[in-house]
Amino acid sequence: MGDLVIRDLCQGFRRDDGSILTAIEHLDLVIHEEELVCVLGPSGCGKTTLLRMIAGLDTATCGEIELDGEQITGPNPKIGIVFQEYSLFPWRTVIDNVAFGLEMRGIPREERTRTAGHFLELVGLAQFRGSYPSELSGGMRQRVAVARALALDPVVLLMDEPFGALDAQTRNMLQHELLMIWEKTRKTIVFITHSVDEAVFLADRIIVLTPRPGRVCETISIDMPRPRDRTGAGFAKFRRYVLDLINQPKCESPDKV
Amino acid sequence: MNRNGGKRSERWLGGAAILAVLVFWQAVAAFVVRDSFILPSPVDVAVSFVSLLENGSLPMDFATSILHFAIGLGAALLIGIPVGIVMGWNRRIDALLDPVIEILRPIPPLAWIPFAIVWFGLTNASAGFVIFVGSVFPVLINTYTGFRSVPRIFVEAGKMLGCIKDRDLIRYIAFPSALPSVAAGIRIATGVGWMCLVAAELFGVSKFGLGQKLWFFYNLHQMDAVVVYMILLGLIGLGFDMVFRYWIERQFLKWRMGEVA
Repeated sequence: MGDLVIRDLCQGFRRDDGSILTAIEHLDLVIHEEELVCVLGPSGCGKTTLLRMIAGLDTATCGEIELDGEQITGPNPKIGIVFQEYSLFPWRTVIDNVAFGLEMRGIPREERTRTAGHFLELVGLAQFRGSYPSELSGGMRQRVAVARALALDPVVLLMDEPFGALDAQTRNMLQHELLMIWEKTRKTIVFITHSVDEAVFLADRIIVLTPRPGRVCETISIDMPRPRDRTGAGFAKFRRYVLDLINQPKCESPDKV
Repeated sequence: MNRNGGKRSERWLGGAAILAVLVFWQAVAAFVVRDSFILPSPVDVAVSFVSLLENGSLPMDFATSILHFAIGLGAALLIGIPVGIVMGWNRRIDALLDPVIEILRPIPPLAWIPFAIVWFGLTNASAGFVIFVGSVFPVLINTYTGFRSVPRIFVEAGKMLGCIKDRDLIRYIAFPSALPSVAAGIRIATGVGWMCLVAAELFGVSKFGLGQKLWFFYNLHQMDAVVVYMILLGLIGLGFDMVFRYWIERQFLKWRMGEVA
């Protein structure tokens, strides 16, 4: 469970002057179950657009996305998401935020609190269950957001630069924790980032997108055992390779940038 | 407005100022004006208050005014909140209703008094109607604004967590998100509605009422009693506001602190 197949996907937005801005053009991509894939690309290359279409929040102008053979037509409980911005509901306590999806599913209070508590423990925030999001640091908020997405037991977890707004130290720590959670829960994870370092540290595979209109430029398998040493020679080799790739003409846009 | 109550010594300053005003007022009334019709002194007012407590109808006046106020504010909430919600949630309905509301809104509530009488007669509902006209727009506009500014990210996060239907999104996402704005609207409406009360009771809708009695004593030229009712109206209005502010702060401060983007 958790096979994503993306075929011939495109997406365009109508500008104010009536012209069409093509964000994604003929994108093909297969993501396997239990795989951790990082999508890497410069800002404005349509990474977030791609993720929003997988989430079912935006509709593609052409092509299709299938999850385990089923076409995605709208928000789907099998797919969880962690946004880049803080998206916790500020009027709910931490535990009620994590339990929100279960509440929508009609699960009785006692049971959903128990399940939510379990996921809070998983992200190491059990003692903050009664706090409000405004009382938490940025890193803690994103941890709660991860717990909230996992509480519905999705098969795919989408993450849109979830650690982008955090300081470097917190970010490293959360990357580490994410890997532990992934090993425990075995979700398919699609992780959007513009940080080469983050991608090489996390990914089974890195998908490098071209600048707008976004298309897959190259796929790189990171066959390094985990935990990975950010300062090791192997790590540096992959980093250099990816950084070089980004600057190559083939990963630049064919028509105007 | 001193929201935090200030330091103790600063609060004494406020008390001292009130005392100074009373002394000044007493002096002017007793030695300069020397006519309790033009300016009753604080002592006149205090004496009048005591006699009203003994022989007057203060409890009935209070109860009647609260009734008028409750009718008006209750109707304003019952209509203002739902209309604000649908206008804030649905652009079509917004485009449809907005011009009508914008034309009705600037009409002073007191200008509705003739129609209040024609439609409701000299009844409690008639006074309630005038208060309703004064308080419905702040409730409506603030509810509308609160719903329009629900961050999109909350709605999308809700959808991804299985909150899909409009009704559920309004109930679980938009309404809680808009609640501070709705509450602020109710607070403004409380103030405006209370200000409409005296005029709403001026045209004889009831035998009792704080506003009604204010006019009654004016017609008897008992200006000391008029001042008693003025002060009561002020203090009760202040009381409403303080209770409301306390409630709002208790309710929302904990999650609005350091506002979440």
